[in-house]
Amino acid sequence: MSNETSQYIVENATCTFCGCVCDDMILTVEDNHITKAKNACVLGKAWFAEHTVEDRPYALIDGKEATTEEAVEAAARILAEARFPLVYGLSDTTCEAQKQAVSIADLIGANIDTTTSVCHGPTGMAFQGVGESTMTLGEVKNRADLVIYWGGNPAESHPRHFTRYAVTPKGMFTPNGRKDRTVVLVDVRRTASARVADIFIQVKPGTDFEVLWALRALVKGGKVDPNIEELTGVSMATLEDLAERMMHARYGVLFFGMGLTMTRGRHYNAGALLALATDLNEHTHFVAKPTRGHGNVTGGDNVVTWQTGFPMAVNLSRGYPRFNPGEFTAVDVLAGQEADAALIIASDPGANFPKAAIEHLRRIPTVVLDPKPTPTTQMARVAFTTATYGINTGGTVYRMDDVPITLRPAFPSPYPTDEEVLKAIRLRIRELLNLPEGAVY
Amino acid sequence: MSSSFRIVNGRVYDPLHDIDGVVQDICVKDGKIVADLPEDVPSIDVKGMIVMPGGVDMHSHIAGGKVNLSRKLQPEENRFDYLPKTSITRSGTGGTSPSTFATGYRYALMGYTTAMEAAAPPLSARHVIEELHDTPILDSGYFMVLSDNLMLFQLLKEGRKEEFKQAVAWYFNAGRAYAPKLVNPGCGQTWKHRNKQIVNLDDNVDHFDITPRKIIEGLVGAANDLGLPHPAHIHCNNLGIAGNYQTTLDTMRTVSGQRVHLTHIQFHSYRGKWGGKHLSAAVDITDYVNSHPEVSVDVGQVMFGNATGMTADAPLAWMLRNISKNKWVNCDIENESGCGIVPIVYEPDNYVHALQWGIGLEIFLLMQDPWRMALTTDHPNGGSFLNYPRLIRLLMDRQFRNEEIKSVNQKAIQNTILLDDLDREYTLQEIAIITRAAPAKILGLKEKGHLGPGADADITVYVEQDNKEEMFATPRYVFKDGRLIIQDGDFISDHEGKFIYVEPDYDPTIEDTLRPFFEDYYTIAFDNYAVGDQYLHRHQVIPTRDQLAVAS
Repeated sequence: MSNETSQYIVENATCTFCGCVCDDMILTVEDNHITKAKNACVLGKAWFAEHTVEDRPYALIDGKEATTEEAVEAAARILAEARFPLVYGLSDTTCEAQKQAVSIADLIGANIDTTTSVCHGPTGMAFQGVGESTMTLGEVKNRADLVIYWGGNPAESHPRHFTRYAVTPKGMFTPNGRKDRTVVLVDVRRTASARVADIFIQVKPGTDFEVLWALRALVKGGKVDPNIEELTGVSMATLEDLAERMMHARYGVLFFGMGLTMTRGRHYNAGALLALATDLNEHTHFVAKPTRGHGNVTGGDNVVTWQTGFPMAVNLSRGYPRFNPGEFTAVDVLAGQEADAALIIASDPGANFPKAAIEHLRRIPTVVLDPKPTPTTQMARVAFTTATYGINTGGTVYRMDDVPITLRPAFPSPYPTDEEVLKAIRLRIRELLNLPEGAVY
Repeated sequence: MSSSFRIVNGRVYDPLHDIDGVVQDICVKDGKIVADLPEDVPSIDVKGMIVMPGGVDMHSHIAGGKVNLSRKLQPEENRFDYLPKTSITRSGTGGTSPSTFATGYRYALMGYTTAMEAAAPPLSARHVIEELHDTPILDSGYFMVLSDNLMLFQLLKEGRKEEFKQAVAWYFNAGRAYAPKLVNPGCGQTWKHRNKQIVNLDDNVDHFDITPRKIIEGLVGAANDLGLPHPAHIHCNNLGIAGNYQTTLDTMRTVSGQRVHLTHIQFHSYRGKWGGKHLSAAVDITDYVNSHPEVSVDVGQVMFGNATGMTADAPLAWMLRNISKNKWVNCDIENESGCGIVPIVYEPDNYVHALQWGIGLEIFLLMQDPWRMALTTDHPNGGSFLNYPRLIRLLMDRQFRNEEIKSVNQKAIQNTILLDDLDREYTLQEIAIITRAAPAKILGLKEKGHLGPGADADITVYVEQDNKEEMFATPRYVFKDGRLIIQDGDFISDHEGKFIYVEPDYDPTIEDTLRPFFEDYYTIAFDNYAVGDQYLHRHQVIPTRDQLAVAS
């Protein structure tokens, strides 16, 4: 595999760019880069083409080149000495690395949070309130005759969602594929995804909750405020039609995106949608699913949950896990100027967090792991260059529907994996803290 | 601590070897129990204490997709029940679905060293295995749900019996499972399309022209043909419904003469008009089991307090949700199964809950052969595994039991025979059987549940107390693989348990049958489906009957 002049094919490789985690890639590898990614969508093609092995330093300490070992030492010291360290990111790395990160957080009494808190965190909170009727994506392919997308634009964010899972594929009880399904798009604007939909319903911005609640009322046989159209832009007739379709579907699905979770109402919106799906089970079979973004954000939720009991916003400073979104979410511990150090893995808060949070990130020592230079690595005290998951590393990722998939690396990287770096940091911290031997996890 | 040592002066309870409270030494070398050791090895004096094999929980929902959904669902439980880290162990949270670390540590703190995850579909095998690896101390494996597998349904429908068996063996190898699990056979398919629910074993399973009876016959037969160490593990149809004991008896009769395990039998032992008021059928069920040595059971005792309904029986979870209107999770798993989750509180003054509690106790007290029965609460369905010490006290202490019986719904108690002449008290030896020796034997784990040479050195030492609940909740020493893990409730070391699974032989040409089905109906590539060796860590393959014969 390391013969640089040869060309070879990696079959059944997995694209970790988005939450679809398509595992049918056929990659052509030449001279340590991927020259062709058959079956990949436009985003996947870019993902594979851009991740080549670049000539970059293994690590930077205060902007100066360093070895991985020197950087591990510097990182361990920062984290061992911190009084309120933050561990954040995790959505674009393997579960194996995520486990090491939670272990470090437990060891140093850190606050740990994932990018879930800035995407479908409100869905997680809604889930805690009302539960969720859900499914793996194959059930949609095999059974669904009504597919509703709400507050998302998969044509641009998850391009193969339609063809691989939910709209066109032929399945066991959907032998005619697209013809066996009715597709509905609900959004505040007509996006590229509208082309796929049989029905497009445009809601006024900020009124998703009201539309969802009206649908709940109709499904339950209740009355709806006759001013609903004025309020939401959706006519009563449209709502009644959609409610009828939902109640009479054989197997109905509601996919939803950040148009619900990151706009006014947040977890109320997600909760209304999940409650609507539950209500519909009194009439037929109905399921719902957030269309998760990053390749292994779902793995992050799973690992953080099985190790701490909570999916995100976990504070371990008392020696045991506590959960409080709004207090222990990364944006809040940064903007509130509480964190005094940060370990950031495979994410770029320096580019996309609110200004107050970024300003605090600049003030505190940070340790950053990323295959690429980013605004976050550029403000790091210690920055590691690591191998790209799924391209250079094996490991496990969880698809948006919690299905775990093993990665097949395409070509080797000279850089260590996130897991290797994190494990080395963890072991060095144990030494610095003079902790006894006998620990396993 | 030395890898060789002797535990001296303890009163040993080792039912497999008919040792019933005899003072004798236990010799440990390199993680195993050995017949003897040189005089000069270190010794641990446990004079006056009770020595038993480590506890074995043969049916518990502790790891995997549905367990993790349950953790996510109930922060209100985790918040007030946490386990702080120590300098060597990890922190965690509890409730009825503890985090992985809390699960391993809390079982160990109770003297248990083995627990089997009771249900997972092969599609989430990696998830189960990853979680079990993060569950410290315990040796564990999982039971694979195959009773709603559409690939197997097709083979069954077409009468391709040999290929059916080969496909079962293939799924086992792909998912690294330990035993085949049946859960309300046929229910998933009808649930997902909301067709008429299956009531009788001869009802048709929507679209496939097969019946629950055919599924049961097929999987019980395949498990026995493959010579698996543990037979088909059945959660019968109609769980929880009044009158369901007829289904339970029908299930057992269907495979009469073949080795089979019926799980959480308490939930399947209800008389009464169909779907009406529940009455006890403990006598009917135990009469049958007592006279059929091919059947083993675990009880699935209900304990009062918080519980979580967590099951591959998704329509059951929906039924429970409609009773409580509590928050509810359903998850359909493509081609394989599904699950449902509902938080439950069992109340002593609730007629049905008190009756369920009473029926479980009746079953314990009426079963004549403790070797075919295991103590379980179907954790967390009947209550947390943390209830085991209390349950042991109910079985060992008649006076305590009678006081408890008087404090619960009396209409329910009147519909049991608990106050008639069920005055049996379990002995320590019988407790050692139903919490150690019997579940190990039923599972086919020859190195578990006893203290003879060749056994894993998983050993629990208790200080005898009149209050058996306190005694079994607080062991003095817990050893795992010959290492001292816990002393007086403190962790001396952490430990990675073993993952246990089977690798039944199969004809690789079965892949020619399976591959097209995967390409048509699964959303994961056939070649990406099987769980690779990198997930195994410490592990042990338990040989099948044929593999054992070849080896010897």
